[in-house]
Amino acid sequence: MKYVGFVWKNVWRKKIRTSLTILSVLVAFLLFALLSAIGYAFKSGADAADAERLVVIDKVSLINPLPIAYRDRIATTEGVRSVTYASWFGGYYQDPRVQFPQFPVDPYEYFSMYPEFEIPRERLDAWANNRQGAVLGRELAEQFGIEVGDRMPIQATIWTKADGGRTWEFDIEGIFENEDPRSSSAFLLFQYDYFDEARAFGKGTVGWYVLRVAPGSDPVQVGNAIDAQFANSPNETETSTEAAFAQSFAKQLGNIALIVTLILGAVFFTLLLVSGNTMSQSVRERINELAVLKTLGFSDGAMLGIVLAESITIMLIGGLLGLGIGWIVVQGAAQAMGACLPGIFLSPQAMGTALVIMLGAGIVAGIFPAVKAMRLSIVDALARA
Amino acid sequence: MSEILATLTGVSKSYRKGKETVEVLHNLDLEIPSGDFIAIMGPSGSGKTTLLNLLGGLDKPTSGTVRVGDAEISSMSNNKLSHWRSANIGFIFQFYNLLPVLTAQKNVELPLLLTSLGGKERTNRAQIALDVVGLGERARHYPRELSGGQEQRVAIARAIVSDPALLLCDEPTGDLDRETADEILKLLQILNREHGKTIVMVTHDARAAGYANRSMICDKGSLEHREAT
Repeated sequence: MKYVGFVWKNVWRKKIRTSLTILSVLVAFLLFALLSAIGYAFKSGADAADAERLVVIDKVSLINPLPIAYRDRIATTEGVRSVTYASWFGGYYQDPRVQFPQFPVDPYEYFSMYPEFEIPRERLDAWANNRQGAVLGRELAEQFGIEVGDRMPIQATIWTKADGGRTWEFDIEGIFENEDPRSSSAFLLFQYDYFDEARAFGKGTVGWYVLRVAPGSDPVQVGNAIDAQFANSPNETETSTEAAFAQSFAKQLGNIALIVTLILGAVFFTLLLVSGNTMSQSVRERINELAVLKTLGFSDGAMLGIVLAESITIMLIGGLLGLGIGWIVVQGAAQAMGACLPGIFLSPQAMGTALVIMLGAGIVAGIFPAVKAMRLSIVDALARA
Repeated sequence: MSEILATLTGVSKSYRKGKETVEVLHNLDLEIPSGDFIAIMGPSGSGKTTLLNLLGGLDKPTSGTVRVGDAEISSMSNNKLSHWRSANIGFIFQFYNLLPVLTAQKNVELPLLLTSLGGKERTNRAQIALDVVGLGERARHYPRELSGGQEQRVAIARAIVSDPALLLCDEPTGDLDRETADEILKLLQILNREHGKTIVMVTHDARAAGYANRSMICDKGSLEHREAT
């Protein structure tokens, strides 16, 4: 600890150079925070997935609907405990640029299938008793300032009504909660019966089925049994775990994790060059001072430690500032973009990783100059002065 | 001055210069009594600084032994030498070699970082050392805010703060005007006479050498004694 003041003074020896280096570290970790939060949003669906839930979609494509008649056949498959269904509606509220999911579902079956979403029983009953009723998640309700009793018109982009209209009016009967930060409640649910009756086409179909396997049953075997049932039919199925489904859904937008890794890799490589150069310059221009320290009795190990501590200090200042600003920006983005990109979250794991990277980058950037300082020949260095 | 503080026995030092080997010191014998103040003079390249480096454990002889106090430093490892230097040797350089980012007080405290002393004790000792060299009131000044003579006084305070037995001075007045040089040399004399410090000073200046108890001429790798003027 007695070297802290000394290291601090050396870090700020060239204020402009140190500030610029810290700024570059700050930007790198700000980017890390933002990309981690976005990456988290894309994989949060898989993380929050229930291992006992399976998703059944059309084998050819998710956008091909499945007959509603499949419901009973899936429900009676051995190992299936319960089943429900949902479809993609793809509408918007007020502003076409602000997208959020809407799903026509069966009220009781849906909330039974997803116990992580909590809604008061009387609100669920009220919704089930109102064919034009809908419920929405707390995030969405707060974003749009919607309360129970409000009327919410949704403009359809796919599903026109049988009368040719594109506006679907819903009575908001309830708001559900979700305390799990890995998944989002930024979506709207309305009754499938009303949807199927009022839509102009595609009647008698659903987008996908979700089922819960019975305790003790093997999800893989259950999935295979379901797919076998519909083999060689006009609508063959593909059953997968909820996690696999969420991952494949996210991959439709590209391999986000790979993109994030590549961008961060390039950023941190550049960062190492910048900070490594700063540390090399810093050591080179004070060779004489380092020789004096060794003359006074500072050991080789102490020299190594002092230079590394300077490098790590620069990384920690810039990194923690970047992470802090990133955290604030992510909080803001989660509020503003919760509907179109739910699950944006700077996780404790990401922050832990950032800390490890700060320390690692500090060591890597400082190691060569530190070894140079350690191996410095006092006689040669003083003779050059 | 009867007790011997440092002994060089049969010390030779050679350097490789390209394909050639240059012998700087040749089979040198020297005894330095405790409490002595020796000036070593000689032309450039005569081996004065090399001799100082050997005495301070900054360099090792090619052959022969260097003993300071109870320690035979010519066979010590680098780490042991570092530790030994911090406790036994005070260095004073021609160009002061203060760290520009530290105040006078913090510069003087530097050698004490290598001890187990607490922060308060380090500050106290540094302040005492600065008082001894007459710069107690400049403790919070940075080197750039001090004159050359003041910087050298701070360097002397740094050299004596850990109370070493031996002070090694390499041209300590080489960068100073005559008046200031005299002040510094008088200070070294006080440290020698009143505080009992053994001093070995390398200098080109015969006037500076006059402040020492005795002078020696270093030339072509060997030493010749000369009476003080």
